[in-house]
Amino acid sequence: MCICLLVETAEIPLMAPVPLYADDVSLLMVLLDTNPFFWSTASLSFSSFLSHVLAFLNSALLLNQLNQVVVVATGFNSCDYIYDSSSSAAFNQSSPALCTTLLQTLEEFVSKDEQLSTKNEVIGIGSSLLSGSLSMALCYIQRVFRSGPIRPQPRILCLQGSPDGPEQYVAIMNSIFSAQRSMVPIDSCVIGGQHSAFLQQASYITGGVYLKPQQMDGMFQYLSTVFATDLHSRSFLQLPKPAGIDFRASCFCHKNTIDMGYICSVCLSIFCKHHKKCSTCGSVFGKSSAVDNLTSDRKRKHPETCP
Amino acid sequence: MGAATQVVRRAKYKTSVKDPGTAGVLKMTEEKFVFLPNDPRSIKLEVDFKFIKGHKFTKEGSNKQALLNLTQESEIKGGGYIFEFETFSDRDVCRDFVGKALAKSEGAAKPSVSERSAVTLNQDEQLNKVEMERRIKLLRENSELQKLHKEFVISGVLTEAEFWATRKKLLDGDSGKVSKQRVGFKSAMISDVKPLTDGRTNKVTFSLTPEIIHQIFAEKPAVHQAFLNFVPSKMTEMDFWTKYCRAEYLHRTKNSVAAAAEAAEDEELAVFLNHDDILASEARRKIRRVDPTLDMEADQGDDYTHLSDHGILRDGNKEITDTQYEQYRRTLSQDLNRHAAVVLEGRAIDVELGDTRSVAEALARSKRVLTAVELANESSDGNAIKERVDKISRMTEIEDLQAPHDLPLAPLCIKDPRDYFDTQQANALKTLGDSGTRRMKCSLSSTEAYGSLKEIISEIKVVGLSEPVLEPDVALKVFNGLTQNISSTKYHMGTNSHESVLDRLPNVTKEELLHHWTSIQELLKHFWSSYPITTPYLGTKVNRLKDAMSHIYPQLQEIKESVQSDLRHQVSLLVQPMIQALDAAFAHYDADSHKRAAQNAER
Repeated sequence: MCICLLVETAEIPLMAPVPLYADDVSLLMVLLDTNPFFWSTASLSFSSFLSHVLAFLNSALLLNQLNQVVVVATGFNSCDYIYDSSSSAAFNQSSPALCTTLLQTLEEFVSKDEQLSTKNEVIGIGSSLLSGSLSMALCYIQRVFRSGPIRPQPRILCLQGSPDGPEQYVAIMNSIFSAQRSMVPIDSCVIGGQHSAFLQQASYITGGVYLKPQQMDGMFQYLSTVFATDLHSRSFLQLPKPAGIDFRASCFCHKNTIDMGYICSVCLSIFCKHHKKCSTCGSVFGKSSAVDNLTSDRKRKHPETCP
Repeated sequence: MGAATQVVRRAKYKTSVKDPGTAGVLKMTEEKFVFLPNDPRSIKLEVDFKFIKGHKFTKEGSNKQALLNLTQESEIKGGGYIFEFETFSDRDVCRDFVGKALAKSEGAAKPSVSERSAVTLNQDEQLNKVEMERRIKLLRENSELQKLHKEFVISGVLTEAEFWATRKKLLDGDSGKVSKQRVGFKSAMISDVKPLTDGRTNKVTFSLTPEIIHQIFAEKPAVHQAFLNFVPSKMTEMDFWTKYCRAEYLHRTKNSVAAAAEAAEDEELAVFLNHDDILASEARRKIRRVDPTLDMEADQGDDYTHLSDHGILRDGNKEITDTQYEQYRRTLSQDLNRHAAVVLEGRAIDVELGDTRSVAEALARSKRVLTAVELANESSDGNAIKERVDKISRMTEIEDLQAPHDLPLAPLCIKDPRDYFDTQQANALKTLGDSGTRRMKCSLSSTEAYGSLKEIISEIKVVGLSEPVLEPDVALKVFNGLTQNISSTKYHMGTNSHESVLDRLPNVTKEELLHHWTSIQELLKHFWSSYPITTPYLGTKVNRLKDAMSHIYPQLQEIKESVQSDLRHQVSLLVQPMIQALDAAFAHYDADSHKRAAQNAER
């Protein structure tokens, strides 16, 4: 007996497949800031910083036999992978060997980076290429995703000291959104003097932890208390929460951080001054006439309305 | 009887039921009613129907008074006007009139409340009724929007046009849903007409509406065909339906013997009583075209056109009848299935359902088209078989050759701006005295900088990591600092990581704060979009907005003072950005007016 019925098909949301590893296996991508101008003026010396970080990497590998650590160096002119614990060369390496490999590669990277530098004089500290290293980390993670159903849970840890480069705003925001979409948290540990608006937003949007340590010589303690925990354990641990986020964006024309500006209604690019034409999508802005307020694209941008 | 627009009757006005009442004359027009007492010294009443919300009246009865109570708003307790009439017929006339007048005033009252602002429309605004209705509907559904609308448009700060100018998307969203869909057939089986039986007069009444007729034609092609053939050549429409109803009645009473007898006599009736041949042939054709890859276990019991359905009859009783009368029985499953098939097919025609003949013809036309298409398809039989074989091979999937599934992705969520409300405290902290950005100066050249870095790295390679990596007392200090930080934020923000400061405030305060925030947003949006001021219209608009904004300061102050002392700091942090935004707007306004004054002075 067949009676026609109208059946509603419900959409089943795709949940992240539970990896066949135990749920506390993690892939830790560490983005190391190697901007020489920053390190020459930092309160923490680069050598002690490296000691802390290397000890932390070792302890991360010790937490679980299947844990993986990948280090990406964020240089001034370039970025590169420095160390990969899952590569065959690194397999079965004990701690001193890890350090040697890493330091060797790091030294080579710094030389390469120096060769790429164009100007002799730099204004201020300058900013390191955070957007580049974020992209490299995300690419590595995507490759891990495609390697099969058995995989560790990835997360990114940014050890950043240089200030934000407003010219990298768009690229960093794109990386943040793709990290959000792939459900990869971005943790940030800010070593420099001031807060980083980009990293605050990154950690907020992707669900990571943002920390600006007060005591620099206790760096290892900060790293192992806050950033060593795997994603599964974070659901029942209390980790530091920042008081508030600075959601300001930077304008596309001069790369200044702005509060109030002009927005193109077609592609949502932000400008600090009135332009005749949008430089991103090419749409022409109309003149602001008296009664017709809609053709002009001016809008006050609140920090709180900026997603 | 008097003009329909006015009613005059003698009545007594009472303040309560027991009150003897003052005699007089009650005159009612469509807008108001007037009561003039016989004694000129007593009170005179003149009340608009706008204020009357309802009317109550006593039931008819010989020893009861003929009372009519016109009630006002329920807030005024017992506020009503009670009138006693001499006869019930008088009272009834007045009551009907009041009902009419109330209906009229109610229809007028509703739009007037929210349309009061429509009076302040620009002359060149052509608002049609539909647009108005949409706006009213939107305001009714969205209480936040309604509050904003009330605050600004009704008080004259913004005009209707300005308010709705930025919300076009909301308004348009409705119109798209209005008339795109065609209404299909009802899923209730109205073609199964239930007659009204009158036991006294032994009459059975069938009522057929055009909708029912349409469905009957759709579901029973034999009846449809018969209609086209017989009407109007052999019989009138009325006769046709009478015969049809007779057949229905016979089916209903399960009188298959009588059905056989009558069918033998009347050949037209026989058409209705027999099984539907057209339907049967259609079904056979369909069975031949069933997709072989359909994983369906069919057996003889599913051939519903020929067999009775497992012995279960229309109303559940198990009757076994002679096969002689087999064709005069209908089964429930057949009818249900047919009805369901027709409903799912949808309406084949869009003709108005008035004239039965035209409906029948239109239906026949559409059927003809369909059958022509089907026949054309079936004629290319050789191709059809090949196609089916191809389809079979395509459909049978081999599971382990399938591509891997998509990666798990988290959907991008665009958040409600309200969520950011309390996270902007950081900005407040900054302006309240943070160190701000210190531009560090690097005195080294790039060679030197790189050189020192390389030096450090080679040094570590030789010396190794510092031993110990961390001093124990430093570690303890860090640990304590972190713990204190986490527990203090927990204390301030609550254990729930998603809870915010807002949730800890009392509800009233929270609502007020959020409302102020949305209204400030609205005002600032209009304010900033009016610059640069090029016309006097914009100038007056800016002034209006400025006045409205200046009212908000004391309100925010009030909120701050109304909260408890331990929450006051949090509230002031939340309020800070709002005040900053307003200050920036005022600063701009002052600067701009100074500039313009200077320009004017030069001229």
